[in-house]
Amino acid sequence: MTNLHKRSLLKAAALSAVALAALVACGKKEEAAAPAAAPAPEAAAAAEPLKIGFMYVSPVGDGGWTFQHEKARQALQAEFAGKIETSLVESVPEGPDAERVLRDMVGQGNKLVFATSFGYMEPVQKVAAEAKDVKFEHATGYKTADNVRTYDARTYEGAYLAGIIAGGMSKSGQIGVVASVPIPEVLRNINSYVLGAQSVNPKITARVVWVNEWFSPPKESEAATTLINGGADVLYQNTNSPAVLKTAQERGVRAFGKDSDMSAYAPKAHLASAEINWLPYYRKITQDTLAGTWSTGQDWWGVKEGAMDLVSIADDVPQELKDKVAAAKAGLKDGSFHIWKGPLKDNTGKQLLAEGANGDHAFLSGINFYVAGIDGTVPGANK
Amino acid sequence: MESYALLFGSTLSAGTVLALAALGLLINEKAGIINLGAEGMMLCAAIAGFAAVVHTGNTWAGFGAGMAVGALLAGLFGLLVIWLNTNQQATGLALTLFGAGFSAFAGLGYVQAKLPELPKYAIPGLADIPLLGPALFRHHPLVYIVVLLAIAMVWFLYRSRAGLVLRAVGESPESAHALGYNVRGIRLAAVMFGGAMCGLAGAFISTVYTPLWVEGMVAGRGWIALALTTFATWRPARILLGAYLFGGVTMLQFHLQASGVQLASQLLSMLPYVATIVVLVLISRNPAWIRANMPASLGKPFHPGS
Repeated sequence: MTNLHKRSLLKAAALSAVALAALVACGKKEEAAAPAAAPAPEAAAAAEPLKIGFMYVSPVGDGGWTFQHEKARQALQAEFAGKIETSLVESVPEGPDAERVLRDMVGQGNKLVFATSFGYMEPVQKVAAEAKDVKFEHATGYKTADNVRTYDARTYEGAYLAGIIAGGMSKSGQIGVVASVPIPEVLRNINSYVLGAQSVNPKITARVVWVNEWFSPPKESEAATTLINGGADVLYQNTNSPAVLKTAQERGVRAFGKDSDMSAYAPKAHLASAEINWLPYYRKITQDTLAGTWSTGQDWWGVKEGAMDLVSIADDVPQELKDKVAAAKAGLKDGSFHIWKGPLKDNTGKQLLAEGANGDHAFLSGINFYVAGIDGTVPGANK
Repeated sequence: MESYALLFGSTLSAGTVLALAALGLLINEKAGIINLGAEGMMLCAAIAGFAAVVHTGNTWAGFGAGMAVGALLAGLFGLLVIWLNTNQQATGLALTLFGAGFSAFAGLGYVQAKLPELPKYAIPGLADIPLLGPALFRHHPLVYIVVLLAIAMVWFLYRSRAGLVLRAVGESPESAHALGYNVRGIRLAAVMFGGAMCGLAGAFISTVYTPLWVEGMVAGRGWIALALTTFATWRPARILLGAYLFGGVTMLQFHLQASGVQLASQLLSMLPYVATIVVLVLISRNPAWIRANMPASLGKPFHPGS
């Protein structure tokens, strides 16, 4: 009897060990930093490499948000070879799992952790309070602590630059946006896109269709089809897949890529991609951490810091438009140009910014209106 | 007026995805087996079909690959629930979870892969009729095939001997067994047919409807197809109608938004579900309507000889 018990216990233990090993193997990809060949004497004498962990909300193959973070991580690893050792955990749901993964990353000896989704905010706060010697970087959040920084990208700058091209390329004078969820960030992007288009063609009008989801390729293409049926001939999207671009190609109109360079998906329809580049920020934080000068704060990087760019502009875009994009980019870089400046009215005629006023951070974080030129009302907005 | 013709046209495409999967699941359920793995099978078929088209350049090869993968997964599911008598609901859910993970893994290398451009479909002569042309005659052949399929299925279920046997297996497997029919074999065939149809729907999404591959791109259409079989009270013609209704209401919702109708988009998003509830309430006024068509042994295990 006892023998049997012992055996089944052993069996259960072995099984759970196998299951655990499988789980760990599935959930994690580690990358050795230093080359495995005989280390040089100096390297052996030097301090251990800094361990950096990355936590992603979707798989690296999503072709958008996480894909861009992963590209930056790989570039970072190559740049700091020998000095750092990075690892990643992908597809971590926002919630209790995130906390568990963060604790595990701390336990593995990571001294710097990048948590790349808004919903990781509370788990990061919780784990950071316990692991005081680990620095945490949280993307798109707003809560900081002594060892927690936040960072984000000014995606609306990319939307504005795309808008310049849209305004010049639209033949019907009507452009469209497939939008995800009506929150200030998305409304900021939609409005910036339209402001960019109006800077080239003041008569341009725009329509917005809300999918009310971040990711649903079939719905995204249905929404795009509707906009095209209604006469829009240049589309932008604030959803997470390349479906809008692909639909535009099938229907013979033009569209933009977002977050990543999406030109490969639909080369005929692709006008340009508003790409986020996280590498400059990751480089700075890694340098700071290595030098011991890391401190808490909140960063919102854009064109100026090299974190946003409009890439892969199509060959048939006239030089005149390319020049306008370059001029706007230069203005954003040296701070002489502001996208959100008065006089600015919403589409009901209400004055939002007076002549000469610039939208500050509080203004930008609270956008819940459509600028003049967009048909319709913002879902759920107060009238 | 023309935009309504286009709206009608896109409704036909949107409904085709749902109708393909739901017609397959109908046969599956008529044999007494409920397969909640539809979403997982569609995802695996979507990547299989996409990969096949990337390598061969032929959409029909993609459909074939999708159907094969769907049938294979359904066969696996069938072996588990029919021979090992595992719980149908739990096994189906496991298949959905497996399919979501496996398709993501298998699709890693295809995330940015390019598909050859689709030809423009148009029925010569008819496609140029104003209004009717864009609405009815410029679709992928599968959009028409699914209608023929629904008609064939009505004939099969209610006019053919094989259909009668299939329904007997779903109503009373014990009697069918006693009469000498191979209940398990018939059930497996029905489940595999359902899998193949879900596979076709999945491949249609990733190669024609939204021609690209990204993880999780079926986005719940497998579940809607499953709901459709109940919504349609297990009748092929009603499945077709329900699929167009669902597809149509979603398209109408976007259409109203784009034409500037002052209605909250969240409210519009609810419309398909409101439509479902309304129809279910109407049907439920006469409970016999549901019971008359629901396979009596749906979801119940069958042990021959007991």
